[in-house]
Amino acid sequence: MKIAVISGKGGTGKTYFSTSLAMSLEEADFFDLDVEEPNGYIFIKPVISDEVQYILPVPEIDEDRCTFCNKCAESCAYNALSILPQLQKALFFPELCHSCGVCSFVCPVDEALIEVDKDIGVIRRGKFSRGNFIEGKLNIGEPSGVPLISGIMKDHLNTERTVIIDSPPGTSCPVVESIKKADYVIIVTEPTPFGLSDMKLVIEIVKDLGKRTGVVINKDRGDSKDTEEFLRKCGIPVIFRIPYSLEIQKSYSKGIPLIDTVPGIGKKLKRLYEDISNG
Amino acid sequence: MDKLKEIVVLSGKGGTGKTTIASSLAVLFRNKIIADADVDAANMYILMNPDNIKGGDFAGKPVAKIDSKSCINCGICMDLCRFDAIDIIDGQHNIDQLSCDGCTLCSLGCPEKAIQMEPVMVGKWFSSDTEYGKFVYARLDPGAENSGNLVTMVKHQAKLLAESEKMNYILIDGPPGIGCPVTSTLSGADYTIIVTEPSISGISDLKRIIKLSDHFKVKSGIVINKYDINSDNTKKIEAFANENNIDILGKVPHSFCIIDEISKRTIPVGQCRDLKEPITEIYKKITDYFELQK
Repeated sequence: MKIAVISGKGGTGKTYFSTSLAMSLEEADFFDLDVEEPNGYIFIKPVISDEVQYILPVPEIDEDRCTFCNKCAESCAYNALSILPQLQKALFFPELCHSCGVCSFVCPVDEALIEVDKDIGVIRRGKFSRGNFIEGKLNIGEPSGVPLISGIMKDHLNTERTVIIDSPPGTSCPVVESIKKADYVIIVTEPTPFGLSDMKLVIEIVKDLGKRTGVVINKDRGDSKDTEEFLRKCGIPVIFRIPYSLEIQKSYSKGIPLIDTVPGIGKKLKRLYEDISNG
Repeated sequence: MDKLKEIVVLSGKGGTGKTTIASSLAVLFRNKIIADADVDAANMYILMNPDNIKGGDFAGKPVAKIDSKSCINCGICMDLCRFDAIDIIDGQHNIDQLSCDGCTLCSLGCPEKAIQMEPVMVGKWFSSDTEYGKFVYARLDPGAENSGNLVTMVKHQAKLLAESEKMNYILIDGPPGIGCPVTSTLSGADYTIIVTEPSISGISDLKRIIKLSDHFKVKSGIVINKYDINSDNTKKIEAFANENNIDILGKVPHSFCIIDEISKRTIPVGQCRDLKEPITEIYKKITDYFELQK
């Protein structure tokens, strides 16, 4: 069973919930795919065994061989190349490059444009008390975490084990990438107009992808009527609630997981997982 | 006339209170255009109560489409594609629009010229009137790519308005994270207000967003929200700011008043005394900074 935890709005408690869900099970792997700000390690406290740079191909132009025909720059959909024939210069802007390979495909001159490796981030792997821990961390200044997310999913998700995936916030590409292979999607929301508005957007995504879905209401002060009413209309169940509590917030701020903060919540999380996997 | 100044509110970590701070500052600043650059999960409109809304469609990068009549299912496109966007459905090669990055490689490599690039509408942008001035925002279709370009569009529209109305400031509520939408928000900005919280996650993300802001050579200042939740971590943030020569613009306590006001869809600074004082301080420090720059 692969469960992805998403939210739309940031800061609703994705990481706080997903880490404790993983820690409540006897055996589970934890994937931190919030590659722009991976914070799961704070609560999971894994022992890291290896760190591998994540590499993508980018063009390198040999100005001695280049005829400055401009085909590469013309074909680049991301404006990552500029050719200046008068100056006999080829300029490359790595932060705009998507590593698609069009430039090397269209270059008519042998070895004038070759592809070389570029680091975009790091994949850290290790163990925690329940299983394997994998985290992607995007380098600062890199435009997109999508290749890093899809790389992790492709290379590491081929497992029969239970995997809990902590996804990025938002409603665009990186979220889609992180939930594509999930069997079940948990949306963590908060009962504010912001939380509701962003939850509606991610529900459109999970519906498009046809995923089984349940909602966790975090920071619940008994004011979740609007959220529940909306969910009832969509036919999506509320599967868990976490009360609004200053104690929980204080504990969170110190990096103490939910499971060690609220007595008895581990058992409830485990039961939740069983309910989900029994369909 | 003074040069137009762009002030952006960012956080790295989501949910630290960007929109609370940005909307409250919108009440204090005069002669400004307000913009919401969090096009993925736009929320500022909920508090701004926009009226007289105008706008337009936003076209994303064209994506590839296979004409099944000319396609001979040779599979070359599938081998070429680096985004895993091409699958075979019922024996026919097919491009998943959500995965297609619009690079055109498949179309260039197709021996039958059976793949065309077609534009798709991926969002909308709006300009509106509010009680506190003109407000520009946008909505990206859920699941779409290219939010960075839509951010650039929002900023461009805000700038056009600011120039035609002879404004001094553009005040921008930004997206979370450090990726493309954030870099698009930062590029060309004059000041970054970074809203953080005294949690371990908050501090870790604060350091990453500060690095990014430095990378773009934008002056930054820090607001510590819910500073009383963890006074040790608040001290750590203050020490970090001190070491790196970054101003602490203000500290906001945890406040039920703020949550209640947002639940009523109103900008919290009006009713919450806890917020009024720090917001005034933030406003003063930023305007003083710009005065000194003259």
